[in-house]
Formats: sequence, structure tokens, C-alpha cells
Amino acid sequence: MKALRSLLDKQKPHFAEGGKYGKFHYLFEAAETFMFVPDHTTPAKGVQVRDAIDLKRYMMTVVIAILPTLFFGMWNVGHQHYIATGEQADFLTKFLLGAKLVLPVVIVAYTAGGIVEVIFSLWRKHPINEGFLVTGILIPLILPVTIPLWQVALGTVFAVLIAKEVFGGTGMNILNIAMTARAFLYFAYPTELSGNVWTYLPVGSKTVDGYSGATALSVLNEASVAAVDVQNGAVAALSDSWYPDLFSFGNMFFGAIPGCIGETSTLMCLIGAAILIITGTGNWKIIFSVFAGAWAMGLLLNLFAANGLGNAFLGVPAHYHLVMGGLAFGAVYMATDPVSASQTETGKWFYGALIGIFTVLIRVFNPAYPEGIMLAVLLMNVFAPLIDYFVVDANKKRRLKRATV
Amino acid sequence: MEGLISIGIRSIFIDNMIFAYFLGMCSYLAVSKNVKTAFGLGMAVVFVLGLTIPLNWLLLHYVLNPGALSWTGIPALASVDLSFLSFIVFIAVIAAFVQLTEMAVEKFTPALYGALGIFLPLIAVNCSILGGALFMQGRPYNLAEASVFGFGSGIGWLLAIVALAAIREKLKYSNVPKPLRGLGITFIIVGLMSLGFLSFMGFAV
Repeated sequence: MKALRSLLDKQKPHFAEGGKYGKFHYLFEAAETFMFVPDHTTPAKGVQVRDAIDLKRYMMTVVIAILPTLFFGMWNVGHQHYIATGEQADFLTKFLLGAKLVLPVVIVAYTAGGIVEVIFSLWRKHPINEGFLVTGILIPLILPVTIPLWQVALGTVFAVLIAKEVFGGTGMNILNIAMTARAFLYFAYPTELSGNVWTYLPVGSKTVDGYSGATALSVLNEASVAAVDVQNGAVAALSDSWYPDLFSFGNMFFGAIPGCIGETSTLMCLIGAAILIITGTGNWKIIFSVFAGAWAMGLLLNLFAANGLGNAFLGVPAHYHLVMGGLAFGAVYMATDPVSASQTETGKWFYGALIGIFTVLIRVFNPAYPEGIMLAVLLMNVFAPLIDYFVVDANKKRRLKRATV
Repeated sequence: MEGLISIGIRSIFIDNMIFAYFLGMCSYLAVSKNVKTAFGLGMAVVFVLGLTIPLNWLLLHYVLNPGALSWTGIPALASVDLSFLSFIVFIAVIAAFVQLTEMAVEKFTPALYGALGIFLPLIAVNCSILGGALFMQGRPYNLAEASVFGFGSGIGWLLAIVALAAIREKLKYSNVPKPLRGLGITFIIVGLMSLGFLSFMGFAV
């Protein structure tokens, strides 16, 4: 540790302003502060904040909170492959197969995003921080494992460039960067991001009889078109899966189901949520209100279904909505993004609840998209500044009233 | 009733004037610097769209369409087709209404009148307003449906412009590269916003 410190200290003057490599100052700083607490202090004039945590450590906490879903995703990728082919495999085999498939995606996202980030940091002279480590790991986790690597690179470059760097870098974007990458890929290359792309099946591999790679949500989408019993048809369609108990509530909560790499396990997302909330990194109001909004909307739709209105999708039990698809992942890691979410405390309740409500509405009423969380988060990112505006405005009015009395 | 609600939701969210048709972009981009002015202009658009579309509907169905004049009882008029005049009649109605709105805004909220400046009279040439009338002409709406469509389209436009204005107010804290400042970044924002609005595309209502 000491040797490293002295090595860095020796090199530091070269990278300072006016030094031999002054241009690369921020690159050096990024490497240095990745390992050591930065030594710069606030100038004598200005706001003085004493805190052990800065933006870099803050972002690192998020990366740590994401790791459970990443490791679970690796195992699940292998698990889905082996149950589809009908082969027996132990835990380690599944995990290693998953790691072999997932790591290249992560590495490509990091490299592509990192190159853009470094170019912009040198050109615009802004520091590089761990925010791009968060984006770079979130993007692979919301993509199917079968995605071509060049698309991962393209989506990452698009999102980092258009959704983040043109606004000035970390903390200044308006849309969630990872969700922008996914939305871009979803609309540009729909065949690679929808349909039965969730399970890794190399060309020529055999599958078991009756195998279907559909996710729980696409099973429901089909059931809603077919004329089935509105009230109970959804649960019947889910329990009638090709693999025993694949879409039971317990299994969907655990996450051994087809889906994007990291989104399947609600359990792992909740562990991540606990890390975020305990460390004060993620906002519990947003996480809670997303779940509450989706659940309330689900209950309301159930009321319609109980009267025989609508299609089978309306009859999905409300708590199922919380464990299917990417709702938990989106609520915990996407909606809580402190930059693109509502900034005001009251606004966070509205912001989160509307994400939950829109997610369920898009799932149920929009046959074009089986999953709604991606677009719901993007939509509410668009309206978050407006929510803040109204909250601040209401606060001003309230205080003005009190002042005149 | 269900049909009316569906047309309302459709025109506010799914067929949003800005994000689905890119109509009325010039004033949308120019007057979205702060929420208050944007809200004022948005309300003016709601008012003009909401009233000109039913008016134009009446003109279309009782004067302009082929055979629309048959209610006069004069046999010579029953076969007249005036629909080639629809553009000019629509625009005349819109221009007259914008004049009215301008007078009302000047009288009741002079501050807003000053803030909107040239863009208030320019509502007359706001493409979303003529666009709305022409959409109405092409679709088999009745009077109630046309009014709902007009108000809905206006509200959709209002929603889009206040959302953009709130984002642009927040953007003051961003560090946008110099060449992109102003309209450049606004175009990028609108593009990203329409990505969010794609969630409504294909909604079954």
C-alpha cells in the first residue's frame, strides 16, 4: 500500500497542470482516487462539507449493491440453459457457463462506455468517476444473454454520449443512462431484444419436449389474446408451464426464470435494496412507492377482472406483478438514480408511485410491449423536473401564506 | 361515452401532437425556457385548438363538404362541393380565434402577454392547430368527438411543453458543450423525451 502511495506521489507532479502530462490530469486523478481518498480540500471560501463519502464512494456502494443480481444472473443463465436442454448440471457448472457468457457482455459495456468517458473527460476537462462503473454494469444486466456484443457496445456508446456526455457528464443527465441504452437497442434491434431470446441455446442444441423460452409476461400476453377465463385464466396460463412450477409465485420471487441477465430475481434485488437503503445511497421512498403503485394498480385491475371485464391480463393477482419481469430491478436500481429522479422529498412519492402505475398499465393494456418498467422509468424521468417544479411551487405558496399572517 | 374517453386518451398521450406528429415544433422549442410562460402558451393552444376544431367541424359539415348545403333547401346548392376551400376557411377561423385570444390575454394577464411576445399571434400559424383541423377532416368524427379530440390534442401539447420547460429549467445547472447550447441540446432533449412517450405507442384503448 505504501509503495503504491509513494509511486503515485512521485508521478503526481507530471500530471498536475502545466506538468509533462498535464492533459491527462483527470485520467491520473481517476486512477489515484479510485484507490485512495482524494487529498484536495475545499477552498477557504465556500461551503465546507466534512464527510468520508464522496461521489466516488457513493457510486462504488451502488456497484456493490448490484453484485448480488450479477452473480445470481450468472447462475440463472446457466440454469436456464441446462433445464432447456434437459441436461443435469451442478451449481458450479451452471455458474461457470453463465460467467463465460455474461462476463464478455460486461467487459464490452465497460470498454465501450469507458472509451467515450475518457475521450470526453480529456476534451471537456471533467473528472472521471465511478458513475460509469454503475452504468456499465447496469446495461448488461438489463439485456438478454444472447445479445450480439456489437449491439452492447453500440447501445452503451449511444447512451453515454447522447444521454450523459452532451449534458456535461455525471449528475447532469435527464434520462436514466442505462434505460436509455436499453430503449435505444429495443427500438433499433427489436428482434434481438424480444421474443424467445432469453435462454442461451447454441446452434444445434436439443431442447426438451414442450420447451418454450417465453417469459412470464409474454405467456400472459398470449393468454390475454386467447379467449380464456378472465378471472383465473392468467394464473392457469402461468401454472401450465413446460417446466414444473417455472412460473409459480415462489419461483418467480427467487428468480430462476427466463429474462434479462440481472432482472429475474426479486430476492436479489431486495438484498441490493437493503444495501442501498442502509448505506443511505438509494432512496427508500422511491423503492417503496414503485412497489406500492404497481400493487395498487394491480388490485384495481383485479376489481375489473372480478366482474368479468377486460382480458385475462387484468386478472393477474396484484402481487404477481411485483415479481414478474424487471419491476423489482427497475424499482431498486433504475428509479432510484439520484440524478434523473425527482429531487424533492414529496416529489419522490409521486414519482415512484407513477412509475409503478404506468408499469402495470403498459404491461396490461399495451400489447406492443410485454414489459413496462423500462418505458415507465423513462417517461417519469421526463416528468420528474415538472413534479419538482410543482412541489417547490406549492411550498413557496404555503410559506408565503404563513409569512403574511 | 367510452368512445369519447378513448379519443381523449388517444389524443393526449398516444397521438401526441409533439411526440407522435412533431407538429407545432417552432413555438414548442422557442417558448419553453421557463414553466410559467410555457404553461401560458400551452393554455392558449388548448383554448384555440379546443374551440376551432368544433367550429371547423360545423363549417365542414354544414358548408364545405359535398352536399353539405342541402339543409338550405335550395336544390342548386345541394350538389355544390366546396371542400377545395377548406384550407382557407380553416385558417381564417383559426386566425380570427387567435386574434380573440390575443385580446383576452392582453386584457387579463398583461405580464403573460409580454412574455409570450410574438409567439401569441404566431399560434395562428402553429402547425398543430391547422394540423388538428385537417386530422379532424380526415377522420369520421361527430361534433362531440371532434371537440374532445381538439381539447385532448391541446392538453397533450400543453403537457409536452411544460415538461420540456421544467427540464430546460433544470438544465441551467448542466454543463452542455458550447456548440450544443440553446436549440441544439433542446432538440436532443425532445428526442429523448419522445423515447419516453413511445411507451404509449400501441396502447389498446
